[in-house]
Amino acid sequence: MKKHVCIVCGYVYDPASGDPDNSVAPGTDFSQVPGDWVCPVCGAGKDQFDAQG
Amino acid sequence: MEPIQITPNVWWVGAVDYDIRDFHGYLTPRGSTYNAYLIVNSGKTTLIDTVKHGFEDELLSRIAKIVDPKKIDQVVSNHAEMDHSGGLPEVMRAIGPDKPVYASAVGVKNLDGQFKGAGLNLKAVEGKLDVGGEELVFLETRMVHWPDSMFSFLPSQGVLFSQDGFGLHLATPERFDDEIAEDIWGPLALNYFANILTPYTGPIGKLIEKVVADGLAAQIKIICPDHGFIWRRAPSRILELYARWVQQKPRKKAVVVFDSMWHSTEHMARELTDYLAKLGLEAVHQNLKHQHRSQAVTECYEAAAILVGTPTINNQLFPSVADFISYIKGLKFKNKIGGAFGSYGWSGEGAKLAQAELKAMGYELPADEVRVQWVPQEKDLEPLKALARAVAEAVKAVA
Repeated sequence: MKKHVCIVCGYVYDPASGDPDNSVAPGTDFSQVPGDWVCPVCGAGKDQFDAQG
Repeated sequence: MEPIQITPNVWWVGAVDYDIRDFHGYLTPRGSTYNAYLIVNSGKTTLIDTVKHGFEDELLSRIAKIVDPKKIDQVVSNHAEMDHSGGLPEVMRAIGPDKPVYASAVGVKNLDGQFKGAGLNLKAVEGKLDVGGEELVFLETRMVHWPDSMFSFLPSQGVLFSQDGFGLHLATPERFDDEIAEDIWGPLALNYFANILTPYTGPIGKLIEKVVADGLAAQIKIICPDHGFIWRRAPSRILELYARWVQQKPRKKAVVVFDSMWHSTEHMARELTDYLAKLGLEAVHQNLKHQHRSQAVTECYEAAAILVGTPTINNQLFPSVADFISYIKGLKFKNKIGGAFGSYGWSGEGAKLAQAELKAMGYELPADEVRVQWVPQEKDLEPLKALARAVAEAVKAVA
């Protein structure tokens, strides 16, 4: 499971932590994050994320 | 100091900073303004944004010409950056520390992070706010310019409060677009866009599409940004320019950006600029010893190509060139062609490092870097000419 970085604001999605404030449980791979989920910092869509490393 | 009336119940009450030249590393040769606005209705008085710390007295003295500052009921913070929020603690002490300060949900966090202990009564906005017999409508504009950014819109009069959007850095006594010629403001608006908004062209493009699709764009009669002047004659003109700039469409232009230790890289830069011009490009020469990074990136904005020249110092890039590269890396230009060159004495890493940086940024590199040991001789100019030809060809293919 790779981390993904928002190319707009630099926020890093870490699958180990998920995004519980927005209903994404810890342990969720980026590919399994819902399609309508947006960056919790800047609101960018999933398509604005690049895999890290 | 006098306030300036914009509509029957909306006033400009900001501050003019004639003397600022270094705006967090961005050169502002003509100063700037920190715009704040007051909506005065019989039921309620609302202040929109404040000013940079140090300009609170100017803001409060302008407000006092309209209404006793203590009569202000609420404050709206469209953007949490210090040039608009720095005055909040002192202004709230003057108008009443218990009065609510409305911001976006992220704005509440960011203001709290910057003004811990100031006792601000921060509240997250929920769509709209009663400003005394009419509503102020909020539109989240994350990353235009910060995650907290939002626009406020007063539908009754078509007034959009756009915080950093549509701003520019110009200190003048005039407050309206019809008082200043586009010859003066045009280059400043591009300078502002290139330095402040380039990384966010994606979200800005989407925002423009959204306000057009929602019908909001058609309702906008006046745009009140947080820097520069108020767009009342032709808000459509700045919207039109933004719609163009977000595309980052390359022009047939190349910018040669460099620094030099003992004039050899400078010599190469001059030759390269001449070759590029002879090949039919608009070629611009930017010596970082004299040109500020923020001016150089403005030249680069619509240029198809950026050619970076650097000497080698202690096996590294020249510091001013490293500074420029770091700056353009953050701006994330799209659709750029690149090239690197430089003179060196013995190890010669500089131009290679510059080339590698441009490659990592995703620039198209039509030729290898050009390096010259010591002082360029006539024979050393051939590879530079070849670089210019390769760049010109790549530019003509896209512009």
